[in-house]
Amino acid sequence: MDFLNGLVALSNFVLIPAIAYGSQLALGALGVTLIYGILRFSNFAHGDTMAFGAMLAVLVTWLLQGMGISFGPLPTALLALPFAIVGTMALVLITDRMVYKFYRDQKAKPVILVIVSMGVMFIMNGLVRFVIGPNDQKFADGERFIISVREFKQMTGLREGLAIKTTQGLTVVVAVICVAALFWFLNRTRTGKSMRAYSDNEDLALLSGINPERVVMYTWMIVAALATIAGVLYGLDKTFKPFVYFQLLLPIFASAIVGGLGSPLGAIAGGFVIAFSEVTITYAWKKVLTYWMPEGLEPSGLVQLLSTDYKFAVSFVILIVVLLFKPTGIFKGKSV
Amino acid sequence: MKKLLMASAAASLMAGAVSADDVKLGVILGFTGPIESLTPAMAAGAEVAMKEVSDSGKLLGGSTVTPVRGDSTCVDAGAASAAAERLITADGVKGIMGADCSGVTGAILANVAVPNGMVMISPSATSPALSSAEDNGLFFRTAPSDARQGQVLAQVMKDKGINSVAITYTNNDYGKGLADSISAAFTALGGEVTATTAHEDGKADYSAEVATLAAAGGDLLVVAGYVDQGGPGVIRAALDTGAFDTFALPDGMIGSALEAAFGDEIEGSIGTVPGSESADASMVTEKVSATGADASGPYIGESYDAAALIMLAMQAAGSSDASAYAAKIMDVANAPGEKIYPGELGKALDIIAGGGDVDYVGATAVELIGGGEAAGGYREIVIEGGKITTAKFH
Repeated sequence: MDFLNGLVALSNFVLIPAIAYGSQLALGALGVTLIYGILRFSNFAHGDTMAFGAMLAVLVTWLLQGMGISFGPLPTALLALPFAIVGTMALVLITDRMVYKFYRDQKAKPVILVIVSMGVMFIMNGLVRFVIGPNDQKFADGERFIISVREFKQMTGLREGLAIKTTQGLTVVVAVICVAALFWFLNRTRTGKSMRAYSDNEDLALLSGINPERVVMYTWMIVAALATIAGVLYGLDKTFKPFVYFQLLLPIFASAIVGGLGSPLGAIAGGFVIAFSEVTITYAWKKVLTYWMPEGLEPSGLVQLLSTDYKFAVSFVILIVVLLFKPTGIFKGKSV
Repeated sequence: MKKLLMASAAASLMAGAVSADDVKLGVILGFTGPIESLTPAMAAGAEVAMKEVSDSGKLLGGSTVTPVRGDSTCVDAGAASAAAERLITADGVKGIMGADCSGVTGAILANVAVPNGMVMISPSATSPALSSAEDNGLFFRTAPSDARQGQVLAQVMKDKGINSVAITYTNNDYGKGLADSISAAFTALGGEVTATTAHEDGKADYSAEVATLAAAGGDLLVVAGYVDQGGPGVIRAALDTGAFDTFALPDGMIGSALEAAFGDEIEGSIGTVPGSESADASMVTEKVSATGADASGPYIGESYDAAALIMLAMQAAGSSDASAYAAKIMDVANAPGEKIYPGELGKALDIIAGGGDVDYVGATAVELIGGGEAAGGYREIVIEGGKITTAKFH
């Protein structure tokens, strides 16, 4: 019984939040990794692309709510998602036409493109705050919980409760669908194959008649879709606040690099590695250990390795360690 | 010609002493930032007092009082000091009602008020550290120090039969000072504090902080934060994970935003806000409501009182010069003298002009002790039926 109680406490405070957070990071890192693989630069504007997509979703959600349309137990934001994706695609394609294309035609070095993407980041950041303001916005509706703590306790009679939020369940399901669709696209479709070919060897791909502008366009569209989905899921699960997406940039890049830049599989693995490290290292293990340790050996302190304030420091340290000892990441991506 | 000049000079001097001019008072509050939903009503409270005095036409021979607002941002010491500097140098204010949050108040006091010799009366800065700040007798507050609030909240929790608590505080002067005083007082009463952790405002997600607090355990969670910032996020995460379902909430967390966010989800939670049974702020809150501001938050009466004290002291000193009237603030605030309730500022000005003494009671039963801070009555509140209700007074 004690073992079960400990397991439930662990799931409630570590496993479930980390899985949801990991899925959000993985979706974000997939976007970063695709840009790196195909356009060959680190896109610092990715966090704010997420914010822009999420903002569109928030606005459309409000519109739908105003019209009295809802999605039953699921959040209305899901209905708004397609509109937000289309809007974000338009934004990134316009940005590409107006900004990145100029540097691509000049065959600018990746480091220049990185700096350019920082400029784009600040503009997008300002745009989002200009439209919706810098504050928290609530747009989650529908059923809040799949299982709430009270229901779980009644069901099982355990002392510890377990809560699974609808948004957490939704995050994982949507992430799985997105990843499956992306891999199908990359491996089975003609466009996907040409994207991979372009990523592997640009000159060879050009010689075999692949149109580079088409590859670039499809890449941006996929990235916009992934960024919007990741942004909306994060906003639903936590809260929508423009500045928070900027802060997410560090863990997202850490995920992409740990997994191996340019490797989609690596991005997903990296997302979960970072999420689980952040959560487990800053978790106070007292409660779980009290259930699991034999009597008399229970810890009296909190058994917390790092204070929660250092959450981002964890991804930073992992990032540095990976760059020092295995710059290509877990899945042999491109070295940075 | 010479005579004429002399005469006109003398006349203008005479007029200077008693003439009716316009006195500007600064109102420095965090109109943007973590308590932005509370500050419009606080400013309105101060402005009610200024309007009352202007309308009476009795201050310094018929002077009017005009408020000039400045934004303290509540958190950015640099921005707050710049705002205060602007009010003093550009607008020429004769006194400052503010600031609101403890950190910026200390910064304005040290960087602007003391060097310029300007009087500051804060309605809501409650950090115990301000009691010993270097102020040259220029700083006062109509809010009590949190050292007292900590004792009261600890007593309230103990009376409810609560023996162990976890504490989380917003990571700044206010939060830290309050958390320390609650923790010390509760331990002294024989309670156990299982964990004390800080939370940063402005984050999207507080589940990690709550996980730590949940691991430490406790009968309830003390959230010494801000109602427009991280506070509700912490409560939401604690409710969602089932870590805590009742909370103890100090003054920064009490506001209608709390009712709107949680309603009866935090049924039975307790809290403390400055307030006293003998004090009646209803006249002030009614007038503030009439301006369209939300008068359900704290520190509205304190703001009225802070502005009123500045103006009464000016009357007592016969001058709107800060160096002259600073010494009179304690006199008008405390006994002996006739008791002055809200809405009676005109009467008080008359008494002072006639050479009499006043004992300003005001909206919050003002009694200044020590270096010029309110002695501190508190209202204990309970969340009942999703509403903030008054349980009793301490």
